[in-house]
Amino acid sequence: MLIGISLISFFIMHLAPGDITNNEASFNPKASEESRQKLREMYNLDKPVIVQYSLWLKRMISLDFGKSFASHQKPVFWQTTDKDGNVTKGLIQEALPITLLINILGLVIILALAIPLGIIAARKYRGWQDRSITLFNFIGFSIPGFWLSLLLMYWLGVMNNWLPISGIHSLDYETLDTWSKIKDTLSHLFMPVVIPSVTGLAGITLFVKNGMLDVLNQDYITTARAKGLAEQKVVYTHALRNALLPLITIIGLSIPGLIGGSVIAETIFAIPGMGKLFYDAVLMRDFPVVMGILTIGSALTLIGNLIADLAYAWADPRVRRGVVQS
Amino acid sequence: MNKPAFLISKPYHRNAKYLAIFVILVIGLVLSGCENKAADPTDYSKSYPSQSGGTLIDAMIGEPSGLISMIAGESASSAISSNIFNKLLKYDKNLDIEGEIAESWVISNNQKTITFKLKPNLKWADGKPLTSADVLFTWHAVIDEKTASPYASDYQLVKKVDTPDALTFSVSYDQAYAPALDSWAGLQILPKHLLEGKDLHTTAFARNPVGSNYYKLDSWAHGENLKLSRNVNSILGQAKIDNLITRIIPDNSAQFLELMADNIDSMSLDPIKYSRIIPARPELQKKLALYKELGNSYTYLGFNLKHKPFDDKRVRLAINYAIDKQEIIDGVYLGLGINIASPYKPGTRWSNPALTPYPYDPAKARALLNEAGFTDTNNDGILEREGKPFSFEIITNQNKEREKSAVLIQRRLKEVGIDVQIRAIEWASFISRFIKTGDFDVVVLGWSLSLDPDQYSIWHSSQQAPGQFNFIGYNNSAIDKLLEQGRLELNPDKRMKIYHEFSRVLLEDSPIVYLSAGYGLTAIHKRVKGIDSPAPPAGIGYNTHEWYIPAPLRRNEISAN
Repeated sequence: MLIGISLISFFIMHLAPGDITNNEASFNPKASEESRQKLREMYNLDKPVIVQYSLWLKRMISLDFGKSFASHQKPVFWQTTDKDGNVTKGLIQEALPITLLINILGLVIILALAIPLGIIAARKYRGWQDRSITLFNFIGFSIPGFWLSLLLMYWLGVMNNWLPISGIHSLDYETLDTWSKIKDTLSHLFMPVVIPSVTGLAGITLFVKNGMLDVLNQDYITTARAKGLAEQKVVYTHALRNALLPLITIIGLSIPGLIGGSVIAETIFAIPGMGKLFYDAVLMRDFPVVMGILTIGSALTLIGNLIADLAYAWADPRVRRGVVQS
Repeated sequence: MNKPAFLISKPYHRNAKYLAIFVILVIGLVLSGCENKAADPTDYSKSYPSQSGGTLIDAMIGEPSGLISMIAGESASSAISSNIFNKLLKYDKNLDIEGEIAESWVISNNQKTITFKLKPNLKWADGKPLTSADVLFTWHAVIDEKTASPYASDYQLVKKVDTPDALTFSVSYDQAYAPALDSWAGLQILPKHLLEGKDLHTTAFARNPVGSNYYKLDSWAHGENLKLSRNVNSILGQAKIDNLITRIIPDNSAQFLELMADNIDSMSLDPIKYSRIIPARPELQKKLALYKELGNSYTYLGFNLKHKPFDDKRVRLAINYAIDKQEIIDGVYLGLGINIASPYKPGTRWSNPALTPYPYDPAKARALLNEAGFTDTNNDGILEREGKPFSFEIITNQNKEREKSAVLIQRRLKEVGIDVQIRAIEWASFISRFIKTGDFDVVVLGWSLSLDPDQYSIWHSSQQAPGQFNFIGYNNSAIDKLLEQGRLELNPDKRMKIYHEFSRVLLEDSPIVYLSAGYGLTAIHKRVKGIDSPAPPAGIGYNTHEWYIPAPLRRNEISAN
């Protein structure tokens, strides 16, 4: 499966015209074609694609993701140590933690807000609460993220000096104590985490709301109410657990998304994360980096699907017993 | 939705209460946002005597890939590394060449050998002596096959090098090579004692360099910032400003917000910010000084001279007359550009002052097109020749200013009866699909040039192979001869005459239409003093080591985010 995915991505990548020697810096009358040819030979770019692929595959078998063309031969995935003890950190190693942190915080915020909002909207279906939640969600969903980001950066960072505008650390970060470091990082992450959450809220809220509505109309809920169970118990014990089942699938499917950052958010907030890394690598035709991220991404997608299926079986006895197909 | 109902909260509805709190919060935040931060009372325009200390923070959009610029090649890299490394020669304020670590240089009578004499007692930042052996090492590195430096070609022409003593370095060429001095003003000298035997492509030195210039690298937080501090062993004396911090902020708007919030001291601007946004805001005008300087670059419309009808000079001239260049400068660059008539920076010695750009003259354009055999036979507003309508595609890379220029050109050409389509293409595809293969009619592109007038690689007829820079296929024996002469002539005055003549022939032949040379626009906080204004020919950056920030104007050191 992974080989199939990597083969397809490798060929698609090489179908795109150009290679690393075509970047904008090379369009300099002082740079000669011969030296570009030499670079191509150095990176094996003059060989047929299938040969390049087998070279890549050979390295991958020993989990060697190779070295980036564009960023001075930095290792793609994990750090290497040369014989003098100098450590060169891997590109993904540097970009991944910050992206994971932002995405996981974002997911937690979305779930923490979307589940209560979805329940409220379902319980007060067509009431003003439902309508205002839907309205709020749709406004959030429709506002372009970059526009909202810039407005908030101006308001929170320029007009009022409440939050830092961009970056992930202050310039004096190294000199701070641990507590201030955490505070500093959180204040830098506030906008990049919260703004995309507003956009992401709509989908999950609707999901919870619809799941809840479905369940609340089931016969067993009517039974539960008829036998005089407290409404709280009906909703939170009986209905909610069933309504949240589809969320497991969604969360499982979002695992690969956790490592892919958003190019726009990362660019605006100057965050050196995965989205920017991947985007720049594609523009620079930095094949080892593109392939490294794609491989890790597809492996995670497969793992995410597996986890979702297992979790589903764990949560829903019906699936375990083969009563319903998930 | 009924608005009043929204605000009436019933106390026993928990959710309703939250909604109400939320609404109040939003309103409160919006209101509080309306009152502005108290104005900064400091008067930044007062003058102060020169003094050392302080931190200058600027921003760049891309991160350097490494600080060995002969390998990295991109401007982000050389912007940082030029503060760390020295070169043999440099350009002074007026763009004349002077020694940097070379005290003097002598050109032999046959013009083939240049002998550099280094300044005595040069040191690397780690205290080790800097000698001609380092220069020799650097030359070996740049021409090394394994280095694969994109800039090797200038240095490969050196046939013999010699270092008779620690302060002398001489290079000999097979024949006189006038751009040689410029090339030695571009090569950053690397330390032999740290790099000998290392692979320049993988060495950790690229991220942790040791140089000899005013500054040394203190730290490099990947994707965030690079911090430089004063090099006490600097061989050219001491810079005034203690620390240079460069933050990496890829988005231009975010950079501008940081500039407004006073978190960075300088950034390069686009025309809208320079001429509309900053002048409209008194609080920004109070603290920001604006600088404009001509760069060594221009935008042009280039014809594929191998395609009909662009092989016909009358057609090229007609298109030149049909395009209103001033309109492009005003519309695209908001007036912050100038009309040029030669491929050299106006005001420098290489630019021929006798030349004037082609005026906007659609009547003349129509007459020339008629003369070349184009007439509107079917009255559809588009000219035809031999039954085929005059129609072509302008391609350009995804660059807002070039795309806008192309749109204005499209309209002007339509007025004289030429049908134009526009296509903007991502850079790597643009180069390999269209430029390399020669599969294009007309391009809108730009050249960024070095300060040497030699443009052999762009215009000489021998430079047309795929991947070489004469991709428009220009072939003119008069131009070839002038370019060859210009390379052999080391006397600046004689050389100037050659390139003035070169520019004249080029303008007359019109293989490209010069669209404009845009100004480089920079905003620098007024706390930074000692900057030449108006900018000298070399630009404001030539004396950054003399810039200073008076103590009363410094920001609360570094604590500013």
